[in-house]
Amino acid sequence: MSRSLKKGPFIDYKLEKRVIEMNSTSKKSVIKTWSRSSMISPDFVGHTIAVHNGNKFIPVYITENMVGHKLGEFAPTRTFRGHAGNRKK
Amino acid sequence: MARIVGVDLPKNKRGEVALTYIYGIGRSSSRRILDKAGISYDKKVSEWDDNELNAIRTILNEEYKVEGELRSMVQMNIKRLMDIGCYRGIRHRLGLPVRGQSTKNNARTRKGRKKTVANKKKATK
Repeated sequence: MSRSLKKGPFIDYKLEKRVIEMNSTSKKSVIKTWSRSSMISPDFVGHTIAVHNGNKFIPVYITENMVGHKLGEFAPTRTFRGHAGNRKK
Repeated sequence: MARIVGVDLPKNKRGEVALTYIYGIGRSSSRRILDKAGISYDKKVSEWDDNELNAIRTILNEEYKVEGELRSMVQMNIKRLMDIGCYRGIRHRLGLPVRGQSTKNNARTRKGRKKTVANKKKATK
């Protein structure tokens, strides 16, 4: 069903490098990224990553529960405003 | 009447089938349990003696998550998805299909009974 284990998780190379660099300098800043398919690794916890949704960057604060998910899961690409004539309620 | 982990097993069914009345036990895990306990699949529940019952109980306790415990685990997993605000969690919150199914038509299992929209315009041409 999902990715082969022997390949290991996919994390965008440059993104991973920046996160590790920030960890070693213990600096925190928002990282913008387009790499929605990157898996969230334990290194990411505590950082805020701005994930592109095709239109703008959605800031995502990474918590421990999110490890193992992909970044794109946290930045929805579609807006649903409701159906016509569904105004009240 | 055989009572295992809070469920009454139907006493005139074959053991292999009867164990599936427990939430979390299907045919294959049922067979695995009976194999381990050394009981024939065809033996009816009413024919089990106390030793066999206890053997099944201990196997269930030690190796399987069933009934309430399993149900709460499933709920916790869904709750986790909703709490972290990922796509699957959002779909759970909205009561829509979670695994990418089409929602133009159907998807009634998740969406519930049809809500008819009054005066809905039929697409013209």
